[in-house]
Amino acid sequence: MLTILFDGIAYGMLLFVLACGLSVTLGLMNFVNLAHGAFAMAGGYITLVLVNRAGLPFFAGLAVAFVVTAFIGALFERTLYVHVYGKSPLDQVLFTIGLVFMAVAAVDYVMGSQQVFIQIPSALQGRFEIFGVGVGRYRLLIIAVCGILTLALQLILSSSRFGSRLRASVDDARVARGLGINVNAVFSLTFAVGSGLAGLGGALGAEILGLDPTFPLKYMVYFLIVVTVGGTSSITGPFAASLLIGIADVAGKYYVPKFGAFVIYTIMIIVLILRPQGLFARAAGK
Amino acid sequence: MPPALVGKVAHRLATRARWRLLEYAFWLAALASFFLLPNRHLILTEIAWLALFALSLDLILGYAGIISLGHAAFFGLGSYLAALLAKHGIVNEPVLALVLSGLCAAVLGFATSFLVLRGSDLTRLMVTLGVALIMREIANQIPDITGGADGLQGVVIAPILGLFQFDIFGHVAYAYCLIVLFILFLLARRVVYSPFGLSLRAVKGNPLRAASIGISVNARLVTIYTFAAFYAGIAGALLAQTTAFASLDVFSFERSADLLLVLIIGGTGYLYGGLIGAVIFKLMQDWIANLTPQYWQFWIGLVLVLIVLIGRDRIALRTGGVRLLAERITRRFAPAAAPVAVPPGEGS
Amino acid sequence: MPVVLETVALEKHFGGIAAVAGVSLSIEKGARHALIGPNGAGKTTVINLLTGVLRPTAGRILLEGEDITSLDAYKRVQRGLARTFQINQLFLDLTPLETVGLAISERLGSGAQWWRLVGSNPHVVEEIVEILGRFHLTDVMHERTGNLPYGKQRLLEIALAIACRPRVLLLDEPAAGVPEDERHEILATVAALPADVTVLLIEHDMDIVFSFADRISVLVNGALFVDGPPAEVARDPRVKAVYLGESLDA
Repeated sequence: MLTILFDGIAYGMLLFVLACGLSVTLGLMNFVNLAHGAFAMAGGYITLVLVNRAGLPFFAGLAVAFVVTAFIGALFERTLYVHVYGKSPLDQVLFTIGLVFMAVAAVDYVMGSQQVFIQIPSALQGRFEIFGVGVGRYRLLIIAVCGILTLALQLILSSSRFGSRLRASVDDARVARGLGINVNAVFSLTFAVGSGLAGLGGALGAEILGLDPTFPLKYMVYFLIVVTVGGTSSITGPFAASLLIGIADVAGKYYVPKFGAFVIYTIMIIVLILRPQGLFARAAGK
Repeated sequence: MPPALVGKVAHRLATRARWRLLEYAFWLAALASFFLLPNRHLILTEIAWLALFALSLDLILGYAGIISLGHAAFFGLGSYLAALLAKHGIVNEPVLALVLSGLCAAVLGFATSFLVLRGSDLTRLMVTLGVALIMREIANQIPDITGGADGLQGVVIAPILGLFQFDIFGHVAYAYCLIVLFILFLLARRVVYSPFGLSLRAVKGNPLRAASIGISVNARLVTIYTFAAFYAGIAGALLAQTTAFASLDVFSFERSADLLLVLIIGGTGYLYGGLIGAVIFKLMQDWIANLTPQYWQFWIGLVLVLIVLIGRDRIALRTGGVRLLAERITRRFAPAAAPVAVPPGEGS
Repeated sequence: MPVVLETVALEKHFGGIAAVAGVSLSIEKGARHALIGPNGAGKTTVINLLTGVLRPTAGRILLEGEDITSLDAYKRVQRGLARTFQINQLFLDLTPLETVGLAISERLGSGAQWWRLVGSNPHVVEEIVEILGRFHLTDVMHERTGNLPYGKQRLLEIALAIACRPRVLLLDEPAAGVPEDERHEILATVAALPADVTVLLIEHDMDIVFSFADRISVLVNGALFVDGPPAEVARDPRVKAVYLGESLDA
């Protein structure tokens, strides 16, 4: 029982790191980036190549995954996404689905379609017991890494100059522009960091989520659910939503395997109907 | 008020729904394809049901402005139902089974239409996507009935009306799909040019004002969503009947996404978009698949990205220009056809 | 004269702010009633509450004695309550002909028919032609509404409300944005309305208000400030203070 809770938390925190970038892009630019998972996949495959083939240490691989994916994210944002911001949600969806299809086929072409695994250090394998609770070492690592990242994000957002600009931009981009905040630059940087985090999450999560070219399609729904349930006005919303969904999904699959997948889809639809702004969003002022 | 003006306006309104020369040409070409391309009937069959599926999406997206990423939910339901009805011999006659499958899809459409009434485009995208995913999961979780991941095998489709047996060359299948497509197209055309169809465009254009002139916005949306679900269900049933098979991918996200591409290629809101889009999409898919069988999805993705970057409006303007030109030609060369308000074959 | 439209202690809060605070308004049958007040006084919010675009936080709305507080917007139209918008709300992709036709079919209950073609009902066509003629829109009736000049769009905005053949008509600054020399066209159509149609007018231009209204209500900060015949309101020192204060600020 506690083991399930533990696994659920690990899964949830991973989801948060994967999806928080999406939540910010949606909140900031009202932009629907269905290709977010493609950045996560990129991070996963970059780490795979570096660790399995080039023999880089696992943690160095994770760090590189973050940096390179962030760079790719920034590059895409400046060259492609920037043309699509002003367009309708339908255009944004078509555009990012197109990117997903291209990413899926390209990775398939280069890396093959089979599921792959990143070699993780033996010290991180296996599980041990504390007070009768089975604790997977790797999952503990995930919780630690994601926990630190979450705290760091929260700290940056709440107390740094950049954080306050970002919050102002999310609140009301027009007013923020009026205050002299360069919303586009804020957005570019956020997009890059969000992509980088997704890449890191993809690399970190390859072990438990699996990694193959269809990754962006398979997990797209999960990211969207996190964002819908969590709302886009803060990162605590998506964080709580990630934990809720992580635990619900793991528990659902364990206790009622037949209905496991229904649980989260149903949560999503119910939340969308009852609270279109997200379950944890503040009551909207408008 | 001048009665002459009333007559003129009435005539002008009547000509809104008049058949254009290009429309005749389109359907004549479709008819000709049956006789002239007998060895292409298999792909033509696929084009026909895809066209119907895209027409269904056009009804809600092009006319009512409802974005959907989960239209496969209705397509898939129709598909499985048609296959199951045939497999277990519940309803053997294909046309009857087709209508039944469509009606069941319409029931699902009606039940889920209330979910798309509220909220932004984004909410609608996710709700429709969610509904399709749930349908897929249901099909996946009841393998005793659906065959699960292996698909529903051992389906035998009886002869149409007890007369025409499906053949492996797709001759009967194509004729069947084309006729169904044509009949449902006529119906959709009728609906689109009716007061109801006009009110949909008003709802799409400005729901606030639509309600302020007494239009029950929600009722109109529920109606068209249900109606479109019926069409999607029929399209799915056609797929199942012509292939004697149904599998989980009838519900897949890719199917809904591809469908959007089909409609976008052809253009929304003038009924032929889905039909033309289906022709182009299938030919393109066929051509790319011959070049790089495994990676055609890459090129589909590229087309999507390019369409958005170039701008749908700009593309539509160009096709709109073609349409205008065509209308002008029509007028010049067919003056005798002008007073004909009720087109032949409209069956009113 | 009997009261045709009435609000009882109507309230609307946005977040913590009361945009409309306890407004009790009675509008008599056939009245030419003006609702005035400084910017941000809550006039448009009152209209939105009356027509069902917004739901009140508290209070009731009665139309011809019946409680319509929670009635859907489109049903209020069917009961004879129509409005125009301060900012044009039109169907830009439709023609004026189609737009007016929609409102008429809807009123006659044939708007949901899917088996008939548009234009096949001669009564609807006759009425369309009549209304378009009355609002000087005959020459542009086949053009896309979005391509019309602003003045024509403004006329269509009002024609559309008239096509609903309302018993109570709410006009939200009908002449807004229309140049001085084109105003009379719009005002003339409003003045020519049948006497039994009740009109509630929101307007900033005091010349228009005093030439049109037989009763004036002044709304300030969401509350009813003064309510009476024009002569009385014009004399009221508090109203002068409010308006002078505003013009000094502006």
